[in-house]
Amino acid sequence: MINVLFFGQLKESLQCENSQLAIDKPITIAQLKELLVEKNPSWEKYLFDKQLLVAVNQSMCSSLQLVCAGDEVALFPPVTGG
Amino acid sequence: MSVIIAHKDFDHTQQYNYLSEENSNDGAVVTFTGLVREFSSGDNVTALELEHYPGMTQSLLDDIITQAKKRWQLGRVRIYHRIGYLPIGEQIVFVGVTSKHRAEAFSAAEFIMDFLKNQATFWKKEHFSGSSRWVQAKQSDKAALTKWQKTSSTESQ
Repeated sequence: MINVLFFGQLKESLQCENSQLAIDKPITIAQLKELLVEKNPSWEKYLFDKQLLVAVNQSMCSSLQLVCAGDEVALFPPVTGG
Repeated sequence: MSVIIAHKDFDHTQQYNYLSEENSNDGAVVTFTGLVREFSSGDNVTALELEHYPGMTQSLLDDIITQAKKRWQLGRVRIYHRIGYLPIGEQIVFVGVTSKHRAEAFSAAEFIMDFLKNQATFWKKEHFSGSSRWVQAKQSDKAALTKWQKTSSTESQ
C-alpha cells in the first residue's frame, strides 16, 4: 500500500487529504497519478498540473522517481510560507 | 531546539533570550519577524491561514540551518514558524541568528528566510471579508535564491 498525501490548494481542489493505493510492483510518480485518476476521474485536471511538486518519504523528487509499497508520497503546489 | 512550528504566538523577548543568554562568544544577534499585513494585490486581507507538511517541514528547516552553518560561523539559530489561522497584525515567523560579528548574522538571517520561503513546506491562504484565496508562489522569492548561488560560485573560485 502507498499512502498519498495532498496539501494546500491541491487538497482543497481534490477535497481529499490522502489516498491509499495498492500496488504489486514499483511504479513511477507519473504512473501513480494515472492510478489516482483511474480511481477519481475528476482529479485529472489537478494532478497533471505542471507546477505540482512531489516528495517521497519526505524528500523532494521528480515524476520519474519509483515508489514501492510502504512509501509515503506527497503532492503539493509550490510552497508559500514565511 | 532550533526549530519550532506551532499554533501558539511567540514572545520576542523569550526568543531573543534563547539566542543571547549565556552566549558570551557572540557579539551579534540579528532577528527578523514576519507579520500578517493588511493588503495583498490591492485587496483587504482579514487573516492568513497557514498549513504545513508535518515532519517534512521540520527536516527542511533543520537542513536550511545546517546549510547556513556551513557558509558562516554562526552561534545559535532559532526559526519559529506559526501555523493555523492568523488575523492581520499577528506574527507569522521569527528568524534569529547569532555570530561573532554582524556581517555573518545579517547574511545568515537573510539566507535562512530566502530558503524558508522557497523550500519549507508551508502553504498560505488569504482570507478577505466573505472570500479566500491560496497565495501563489512569487517569482521574486525564487529570484532571491539566485544571489546565494552566485555568491557560492564566487566563493569557490
